[in-house]
Parts: sequence; C-alpha cells; structure tokens
Amino acid sequence: MFKILKKTQLAPQVFYYLLHAPDIAKKALPGQFVIIRLDETGERIPITISDFDPIDGTLTFYVQAVGKTSLEMSLMHAGDFILDVVGPLGNSSQIDLFGTVALVGGGFGIAAIHPIARALTQAGNKTISILGARTEELVILEKEMRTASTDVHVVTDDGSHGAIGLVTDILQILIDKKEPINRVIAIGPLIMMKAVADLTRPHKIPTFLSMNPIMIDGTGMCGACRVTVNGEMKFACVDGPEFDGHAVDFEGLLNRLKTYIPEETEAKEKYLKDTAGKCRIAEVSQIYG
Amino acid sequence: MAKNEKSKQRYIAPRTRAPEQNPEERSKNFQEVSLGYTPAMAQLEASRCVQCKKPKCVIGCPVRVAIPDFLEQVAKGDFLEAARIVKESNALPAVTGRVCPQEDQCEKHCVIGIKGEPLAIGKLERFVADYEHLHQEVNTIETAPPTGKKIAIIGAGPAGLAAASDLAKLGHEVVIFEALHKPGGVLFYGIPEFRLPKEILEAELDYLKRLGIEIKVNYVIGKIKTLDDLMGEDGFNAIFIGTGAGLPYFLDIPGENLNGVYSANEFLTRINLMHAWEFPVFDTPIHHHKIFAVIGGGNTALDAARTALRLPTTEKVMLIYRRSREELPARLEEVEHAEAEGIEFHYLESPTEIKGANGWVSKIVCQKMELGEPDGSGRKHPRPVENSAFSIKTDAVIIALGSGVNPLIAKSASDLKTDSHGHIELADPNINLTSRPGVFAGGDIVTGAATVISAMGAGKKAAEGIHQYIMSR
Ligand SMILES: Cc1cc2nc3c(=O)[nH]c(=O)nc-3n(C[C@H](O)[C@H](O)[C@H](O)COP(=O)(O)OP(=O)(O)OC[C@H]3O[C@@H](n4cnc5c(N)ncnc54)[C@H](O)[C@@H]3O)c2cc1C
Ligand SMILES: Cc1cc2nc3c(=O)[nH]c(=O)nc-3n(C[C@H](O)[C@H](O)[C@H](O)COP(=O)(O)OP(=O)(O)OC[C@H]3O[C@@H](n4cnc5c(N)ncnc54)[C@H](O)[C@@H]3O)c2cc1C
Ligand code: SF4
Ligand code: SF4
Ligand code: FES
Repeated sequence: MFKILKKTQLAPQVFYYLLHAPDIAKKALPGQFVIIRLDETGERIPITISDFDPIDGTLTFYVQAVGKTSLEMSLMHAGDFILDVVGPLGNSSQIDLFGTVALVGGGFGIAAIHPIARALTQAGNKTISILGARTEELVILEKEMRTASTDVHVVTDDGSHGAIGLVTDILQILIDKKEPINRVIAIGPLIMMKAVADLTRPHKIPTFLSMNPIMIDGTGMCGACRVTVNGEMKFACVDGPEFDGHAVDFEGLLNRLKTYIPEETEAKEKYLKDTAGKCRIAEVSQIYG
Repeated sequence: MAKNEKSKQRYIAPRTRAPEQNPEERSKNFQEVSLGYTPAMAQLEASRCVQCKKPKCVIGCPVRVAIPDFLEQVAKGDFLEAARIVKESNALPAVTGRVCPQEDQCEKHCVIGIKGEPLAIGKLERFVADYEHLHQEVNTIETAPPTGKKIAIIGAGPAGLAAASDLAKLGHEVVIFEALHKPGGVLFYGIPEFRLPKEILEAELDYLKRLGIEIKVNYVIGKIKTLDDLMGEDGFNAIFIGTGAGLPYFLDIPGENLNGVYSANEFLTRINLMHAWEFPVFDTPIHHHKIFAVIGGGNTALDAARTALRLPTTEKVMLIYRRSREELPARLEEVEHAEAEGIEFHYLESPTEIKGANGWVSKIVCQKMELGEPDGSGRKHPRPVENSAFSIKTDAVIIALGSGVNPLIAKSASDLKTDSHGHIELADPNINLTSRPGVFAGGDIVTGAATVISAMGAGKKAAEGIHQYIMSR
C-alpha cells in the first residue's frame, strides 16, 4: 500500500500527486515510469515519474483524467492509499553533455520532460524548453520549467498564453535562426511527437520521443507494449520508453492505441454512472464541465 | 509383500477414473475440468500399489516424493499423514498433482504400468493436498531453530517457492521478491483457472506464509534493487534467482502489429492475472473476438486456445501446428480435453502472414508443411510444401511459440554469466551456484522453458547448496 501525501488539481483534467514510495524514490531516474493498480479490481496503468526525492522517500506524478482509472484516481485524496506501485521501470533518459538540447513538452507531457530538463541543465547543457498546450490553463509547471531550463518558450493553440501556434512552430523558428541544436527530446501526444520528428528529420537532429503504448506488466513479459523501431520489434517497457523518433513506426502505434476504445468508453461511462448521485458528483462534473 | 506380488499376477485392477465436468458444459465456464477423487475412490486407487521395495516411480519424480509411503497411508485412509509425507519433499502438491506431466514422470515408471495401467499418482497427490486444505486440519510444520541467516529469493514461481520453503524449514529468514502484484509466476498468470484454480494456489501460498516466509510483491529486481544492494546494505547472506522464461517470442512475419494479435502471455495474463473475463467488474478489458487462431502446440498454446473458447463471444477456436498430432509437445490429457471441448486442430500448417482490415486482423495466410527427418529435438523436422499457400478467416491470433528468458537481472549485474540465449550459467550445477559467489539460480531462467516440477527440483537443489554455503562461513 502506498500513501498519497498530497494531491491537487492543476488544470481542468490534470492532477498532481505526491506519493510515499521510499524504495522506488531511492532508485528513480529521469525518464522512468511506474505502473500502478489502484485496488483489487483495478487495471495496471503506466505513469511517468515526474520527480523523486530519495531523502523524503517520495515520488511526484501528474495524471490526466481521461478514462476510468485516471478518473477514479482524480477522486482520491491525500491520505488515501494506492494498492500497487511498481517501479522504477524502463530506461532512464540519457543524461550527457550534448551542447544545446531542445526539450518539447506537450500538455501533461511537460511533467515528464521536467526531470530530464533539470538533469540536462545540471549536466552543463544549454536547455531550451518549449511548452505547448491547447490553452493557458493547461500549461503546467511553467515556473518549475523556468528554474530547470536555460530558456523557456510557451505556446498555446489559441494564443491565450505565450505565442499562438504549435510547439513545432517554435522549434522551426529556432532551427531557422540557426540555433545549434544537438538533440531534441519530445514528450506529449503522439501526434505532436510525430510532428516534431518530421520537422527534425531533414535537419538530421537526433530526436528522442517517449512512447506510450498500452502496457500490462512492464517487465517485458507480455509483449503488449511492442513498437516497431527501424523495422524491429521493441518492447517499450524494457527497451524504451524513449526511442529514436526518426525510426519509430507511428502509424502502427497509433493503431494499437485504439484497441480498447469501445471497452474503455464502456468502463468510463459505467464509472460515471456509478459515482453519480454520490457526493463526488460535483467533482466529476468539474472535470468534465 | 509376497502376497501382494501374487495378487498382482492374478489380476490387475483398472485405474480408478476421476470424474470430470462434461465437455459441453465446461467449454462455457472457467471451473476446473477434473473434479478429483472422493475419499473412497482414492483409497481404491491407492490400494492398487504393490509397495515396491525399490520403487521405480520415485526415480521418475524430479523431487523424489516418497510415493509408496504416501500411497500406503491413502489406502489406509490416513489422508493427513499422506499429505505430510508428500510435503516433506514437495511444497506444492495440490499444484503438481494437477499440472505435472505425470505420464512422462512418476507414472511412466510405475511397474503396474508394464502389464496394466500405472497408478494415478498425480490424481492421488492432488487428492491428499485438497483433503488437507478442505478439512483445514493442517499439519503442524516443523522448522529448525533460527540460524540468523537471511536469504533473498527473486521470483515467486515454482523454483523460487520450492527454494524458499526448504530454506525456511532449515531455520533461515527468507524474503521473496516478486515483480508482479501476485506471487506464483506462471502458476498465477499462465496456467488457467480451469486447470489450476487460483483458490488452490492461494492455499498453497498460505502454507509458505505459515513457514514464516515474507513475500514482497511489486519488486522488480534489477530495477528497484540490484544484487549488490541485496547482498550489501540489505544484508542478505545468499540469493536465489528464479525469474523464469517470461519473454514471449513472436513469429517475425508481416502483420504481427495488427490489433487482435496477442502473445499467449499477454492473452493469458489479461485473463488470469487481471480477470479480463470479468470486465467491467474488473477494469482490464479483453476484446470480444469471435474466431481465434492459436499458433503453437505446447501447453501454452492449449491453455490459450481453451481459454479463448470459454470467452462469451467466441464461436470458433483453431490451433495451428506445423507438425502432426504425435509431435504435439503438450500433455496428452490436455490435448484430449481440448479435442472434446471442440478446439479445431490444424496440423502441418504454418503461418506466413497476418492480414488486416482497418487495423484489425482479418485472416491468416498459411502454408502446408510435410515432415522430414528427425531434427535435433528428436522430432520430425517440418518443411514447407511448395505453392501450398492458403488463407483462413480469423479475427484474433494468439502466438504461443514459447519464450526466452527475461534479461532484467543479467543486465543489471555484469558479473553474472549467461549463455548466448541469456540463460544464467551455473558454475557448479551440483548446487546450482552461478558465476557470482553467494548467488544461486534455477528453474526456467537456467534451463529455458521446462516444467513446474523440474523448476521446483532445481529450487530444492539450490536450497541445499545455499544451506551448505552459508553454514560453512
Ligand atoms: C510509459 C508511459 C508513461 C505514461 N505517463 C503518464 C503520466 O505521467 N500521466 C498520465 O496522465 N498518463 C501517462 N501515461 C498514459 C496513461 O497510462 C494512460 O492515460 C492511462 O492508462 C489511462 O487509463 P484510464 O483507465 O484512465 O483511461 P482509458 O480509458 O483506459 O484509456 C485512455 C487511453 O489511455 C491509453 N491507455 C489505456 N490503458 C493503458 C495502459 N495500460 N497502458 C498505457 N496506455 C493505456 C490508451 O491509449 C487509451 O486510449 C503514460 C503511458 C505510458 C506508456
Ligand atoms: C501457459 C503455460 C502453461 C504451462 N503448463 C504447464 C503444465 O501443465 N505442466 C508443467 O509442468 N509446466 C507447465 N508450464 C511450464 C511451467 O509453468 C514453467 O516451467 C515453470 O513455471 C517455471 O518455473 P520458474 O519458477 O522457473 O519460473 P516462473 O513460473 O516463470 O516464475 C518466475 C517469476 O519470477 C518473476 N520475476 C521475473 N523477473 C523478475 C525480477 N527481475 N524481479 C522479481 N521477480 C521477477 C516473474 O514475475 C515470475 O513470477 C506451463 C507454462 C506456461 C507459460
Ligand atoms: S511431484 Fe509430479 S512427478 Fe513427483 S510424484 Fe508428484 S505428480 Fe509425480
Ligand atoms: S512403482 Fe507403482 S506399484 Fe511400485 S511403489 Fe511405485 S506406485 Fe506403487
Ligand atoms: S508491458 Fe508487457 S512487455 Fe512491456
């Protein structure tokens, strides 16, 4: 059992959690994730470790409430327990002196990019972070990202905060200005990551993306998380989650992510119905309102 | 004895059959297929044993269960004493009694089998273990006084559990680290409910807990802790690695990334570990397919096929195997059960491509095979028949081609020697010691995919080795 120490809502569907998990906190590195299961009937879902404190024994997550499990989690409170948390899983992001690194975070992907930006800055790189979201309130962790990176650009679809446009627009400007970018790391919606890879490919800038296929065990046992990289089958949980963005088969992954949409919708609707009428309805409608 | 021998010559009674759920009914539920003996049946069957002075059956058992001794007690009706005898050498009799390939092990060597049918040793082993659980008259367990030594066991599969139980009985403090949220290894996530009810497994695991063994779930060793951490700051005196062969092989043919293609591990894990057949009460889904094609012919393929058959929307399940019925590696009992339940067996066929429509599996392209000379495995080698391609309509494909070993631990410990397939190499096979001092290994991680009882045998051997090793320092 793992205790939630703190929980707050950052944006309409984005929640922050501080979890007590001392053994995992001791070993976690930027870019790794955990798999959690809320209770006996729960499913196992992967969540990125956004921050870790080996001394306090805590992990930080940001979770976007999209379906049954993440919704259920959004209704949990400080003091509640999560039944299973396993990790740290996956390989850590490569932290070296590359020179200039552009870090692209889309939506709650910003949470995943944060520890990587901090480590790369500490390693002596010039880090240019590009934070993108649909609208102002979805730009999370801006203050933390400003502390963690050399430079920060914010961009929103509707221009409500920072520049108007997409993260790739900013990246394009940097490339046009001949900013000597040695490496790009992008985490966010698959569509965004694909756009980043397409942009950097002709410029031959090494680009790494964190893949988010459906996972079960997270130890390489089930093969559900397979992604095709350079024509080869890889398991994201043990070979990734970061892969060379110029070699990933996006279409294959996009298709596989659709596998359980009917069942996920069924589970979500049932959950919303079951929780309706209870005191929590206010919170649910706040999320979906 | 002499009297027994005589009676044997006179008349060999047939084997006592255990009742089964009928195929019509059972193919629609997840309850156990074999219903097991009643006490009277067990006594009748056990009384067929002639109590050999040099029992051949025992030689066929990898953990050397004292078979005639326990059968004698069953015949007398002292089932608890029988259970106690079995447990002296076998920590999980309710499991092995159900899943051991007995026809190739203990029962194969039984002398009664020469002229008649061998004793049903497996069914009797299952009976005494179930009797003990059912009557909750659990035997008290004798353990040696505490030695003050601590041993870490990595992996809660049969190898790890067997090693843990022997070490705990010797008075050592034992902690098991398991990657998943439930202990049992393949017994939990692989072998389905209708062959090994989870309740039975839980009862066996309870026995281990009563021995004082601590099981820490959600611990992926190599990630949360390394071997160095365990032997360093955590103060373990020795380590046993029993992490199994959990890495699924795929076919390496076009179309394997389509939706509706599963490794047998994924399919079985969704159902067994995550209860997907009880969705939406449980949150993990499995897609509602109508037709399944299962590729392979081992226990895993049969388990996947029979599990698929039991899902509510399934209309047809095919098993596609590149050799013929004789070469099927699965246990005969399972094959017969599957045939009776209506699995369609396609022999001498091998898939070359999976085709899709809108991102989902729509058919599987196969070619005909023919058998040539026996190959390295002793089985006839299949080769493709030219221009024999054809396709079969299906909407799901389950790939059950066996598995390789999980590399997580070896990756995190450079001084642990492995062979070219990633199996951990033993520096001293007599005690299952690896290339690293104080670190022992056994089960599928050493041998590649094998059997439950051979993994348990390896765990026991390692336990002896570990005991010698730590007590000599
Ligand atoms: C390595 C990795 C790191 C991740 N980190 C985060 C994070 O830090 N914060 C966050 O909010 N989300 C993260 N995700 C995504 C998160 O796991 C899914 O949003 C979550 O599983 C949704 O579950 P649900 O029941 O709420 O929604 P569902 O209704 O079940 O699913 C919504 C969508 O989530 C995806 N999904 C569903 N089940 C899984 C699964 N078992 N594994 C992976 N994806 C799944 C599917 O694409 C699905 O369409 C990460 C995913 C991966 C693979
Ligand atoms: C579907 C199926 C059906 C089978 N049917 C039969 C049968 O009928 N009869 C029979 O005799 N055999 C059968 N087998 C084979 C048998 O189950 C295996 O040979 C046996 O389970 C091997 O035992 P093990 O302890 O070596 O490994 P496993 O049972 O694989 O257990 C290994 C355990 O280690 C854990 N682990 C792995 N890596 C780590 C890590 N880094 N840290 C912590 N824990 C870790 C795993 O999660 C797992 O729980 C079957 C196998 C399958 C897959
Ligand atoms: S453990 Fe297996 S091989 Fe040994 S006696 Fe029991 S059923 Fe037979
Ligand atoms: S070989 Fe058969 S008859 Fe002889 S002791 Fe063993 S079970 Fe009994
Ligand atoms: S999640 Fe099962 S192999 Fe990666």
